[in-house]
Amino acid sequence: MGSHGIKDQVAIVGMGCTRFGEHWDKGVDDLLIDAAHEAYASAGVEQDDIDAFWLGTMASGQSGLTLSRPLQLGYKPVSRLENYCATGSEAFRNACYAVASGAYDVAMAIGVEKLKDSGFSGLVGTRPPADGTEASLTAPASFSLLAPAYAKKYGVEESTMKEVLTRIAWKNHRNGALNPRAQFRKEVAKETIAGSPLVAGPLGVFDCSGVSDGSAAAIIVRAEDAHRYTDHPIYVKALAFTAGPAAGPIDSTYDYTTFREVVASAEDAYAQAGITDPMAEIAMAEVHDCFTPTELVLMEDLGFAPRGMAWKEALAGTFDLDGELPVNPDGGLKSFGHPIGASGLRMLFECWLQLRGEAPPERQIETDKSLGLTHNLGGAPGACVSFVSIVGANRG
Amino acid sequence: MTVDPAPTGILAYGAYLPHYRLERSRITEALGSGGGRGTRSVASYDEDVNSMGVEAARVALRGTDIVPDVLTLATTDPPYLDKTNATTIHAALDLDPGVMATDAVGGPRSGLAQFILAAASPWWTTLSVASDIRTGRPGSAEEALGGDAAAAFLCGSDASGDLLARYLGSASVSREFLDRWREPGNHYSRVWEERFAEGIYTEMALTALERALAKAGLGTEGPDHLVVSGIHARARRTVTRRLAASGLEGRIADDLAGVVGSMGAADAGVSLAAVLDRANPGETIAVLSLSDGADAIVLRTTDHLTAGRPAPSVADQIESGDTGLDYAKFLTWRGFLDREPPRRPDPDRPAGPPSHRSEHWKFGFIGSRDRSTGAIHLPPQRVSMDGGAVDDMEPVPMADVGATIATFTVDRLAYSMSPPVVAAVIDFDGGGRFQCEMTDVDPDRVAIGDRVEMTFRRLFTADGVHNYFWKARPARS
Repeated sequence: MGSHGIKDQVAIVGMGCTRFGEHWDKGVDDLLIDAAHEAYASAGVEQDDIDAFWLGTMASGQSGLTLSRPLQLGYKPVSRLENYCATGSEAFRNACYAVASGAYDVAMAIGVEKLKDSGFSGLVGTRPPADGTEASLTAPASFSLLAPAYAKKYGVEESTMKEVLTRIAWKNHRNGALNPRAQFRKEVAKETIAGSPLVAGPLGVFDCSGVSDGSAAAIIVRAEDAHRYTDHPIYVKALAFTAGPAAGPIDSTYDYTTFREVVASAEDAYAQAGITDPMAEIAMAEVHDCFTPTELVLMEDLGFAPRGMAWKEALAGTFDLDGELPVNPDGGLKSFGHPIGASGLRMLFECWLQLRGEAPPERQIETDKSLGLTHNLGGAPGACVSFVSIVGANRG
Repeated sequence: MTVDPAPTGILAYGAYLPHYRLERSRITEALGSGGGRGTRSVASYDEDVNSMGVEAARVALRGTDIVPDVLTLATTDPPYLDKTNATTIHAALDLDPGVMATDAVGGPRSGLAQFILAAASPWWTTLSVASDIRTGRPGSAEEALGGDAAAAFLCGSDASGDLLARYLGSASVSREFLDRWREPGNHYSRVWEERFAEGIYTEMALTALERALAKAGLGTEGPDHLVVSGIHARARRTVTRRLAASGLEGRIADDLAGVVGSMGAADAGVSLAAVLDRANPGETIAVLSLSDGADAIVLRTTDHLTAGRPAPSVADQIESGDTGLDYAKFLTWRGFLDREPPRRPDPDRPAGPPSHRSEHWKFGFIGSRDRSTGAIHLPPQRVSMDGGAVDDMEPVPMADVGATIATFTVDRLAYSMSPPVVAAVIDFDGGGRFQCEMTDVDPDRVAIGDRVEMTFRRLFTADGVHNYFWKARPARS
């Protein structure tokens, strides 16, 4: 028994990612077609070269037909997956395993979400018939529980906490301003962020990620085949996924200053990849900044800062584009937008660009490190699923 | 040969006044008319007759281990028709399935009438609940003078427990006349000219009281305490004046209409509870109610009353009322102001089968406790979070356990009839954590470490299904 990973057994050889945002003129089909064909072109393959597909979407379609119909696939296997906001990563993980197993030569992982057609603010959940006793907190409210708990535990003044959260949003907007595919492509002044209308707890509108439409896709092959497609494949070093027991809302030892699921998935991923000092070994990280306090807590859960110190590091600019460890160089969920099923693959897309030196020069990270991390979570503090991947430009 | 029946009467009692009061002057300020002096009690947006009935019954039952055979609910504002309302109260109190639960719905008269039937019966122990929400069209007298409240009396024979007050006698007069009426489905009632029924009521009331006192064996000295209740304010005043002039001056209980309002089916019960809260042992109490007739009951308090008084008292609840409610909110809560909802989907209706499967949790707030580790699970679980034992749990009632706020948030995006939603993670004394909504709370005054207690509420209504469940409110004691 054990989690062994598939380090260096598979590689990404092509990716596609639509612009994220309000696509009033595009449906789910259009987004899927755009992302898939960009990925085919990127890998230099035809659609018929793909042997199997993994489609991630939370609520924009059901079954493999959601993909096979618009792409007019020729009787190929298509799995449709859902794992909350980590859906895109889950599609990627399963496609990687299928290739590593030897079952298929070429697989595509593709994620999509069309959120803007609902007409509602924020996310709209779909729940099975229930007894009406489940707490019906919105996503921002659930994640806002982190802020006062963190501030109290580590003695951070309310005003300082607001400053920390504001700086996280400011940083991600600043990065997103340099990204033509991002939903929000402009810098936002700290005063605007801090003064935005409150949504939940201390969180204002600008502390929340963008509700958007979008799609992203990756083509995966065995590592030894990768150079047939590209001179610069991105190798999969680790894939870790954790679903917790959802103990937070029932277990009084949980204190809302950490995601135990993230800690467990990060530990597994680092072990798979052989990483002992993430800050020293990782070039960049794409993390699940659904709300600003989430990114703050993630810095500690992923080992980028000691417990109780991430707020200081965030203020010091450690995670800025030109900081010691750039976090969310593409703007993150905050600024790139968060079309649920696509987000995990969008994070990999930024690793794909950055580690191959193909990011636009104004946000290309200059580093001699070759590893990128993506972190994707779904659910709420105390009750979530968490995914961590490590990818790298070099094999071995 | 006749056999004296066993002594019967009140075994336990409790009243519930909702947290909020509307100052009647706020109606006048907003509309330029209506309103008046004083305050009225207001059921919150998440309260209804069933939830208030539960709260009154919890107060009544907290200090006794006597269990009823029958639960009755009297009201003019039933949350359901066709579906019995008393079963919701039955479930929230986690009563045995063998207890009959039934409604008496329609006129306010059913409140005191059901109580009289219960108090006089030696055959079964009855939990007699009366609960009401009273209002009318904006600017109407009904809106200003109504009040929302509930009362619960556990009644039966002294064979099942110590009587706090013994039933001595009762009398009724019934007449058919058009005074106040409402078509089912209407939000307000209509009334005939007040002076028409005044005379009829006055005559009936004096007759009923005289006969009840005679049956109780009370001579010319009259009762030590008299409650005059009823839906006809003018007749109530006239009867009170006549009785005061006849020698009962000083014995007539303070009218709660000024601070609480006229509470419909719950009026006589809450007024009686207020008298029981302060009466001495061995005193007689007469309750007279005017509602499509007149009903009178006479009781004598016993030595057990002092020890059997519930907390909080009616006076405590009047004292702690929150007068900060504005008129627009009041209108919104009662459905007279159709406000723009948040841009969020309507909540899903609770489904029948899952609600039934979780009856003890959803209605009774019964969690589960791991028999080996003691870990408390809310909601109840089959697999323990502590050690993973499977199906080794025992039920643990949590509704009356106090808790402390571990963390909280104010959700300004969530659907609510009265945004914002205040949600808290709470840790119960002795173990158990739960995440729930808070109610009767000022969002600006919540803090980590605050003490809270559980209260039964109607979370929302979807497709005509009322979603009952528990919330936390700031601890009252």
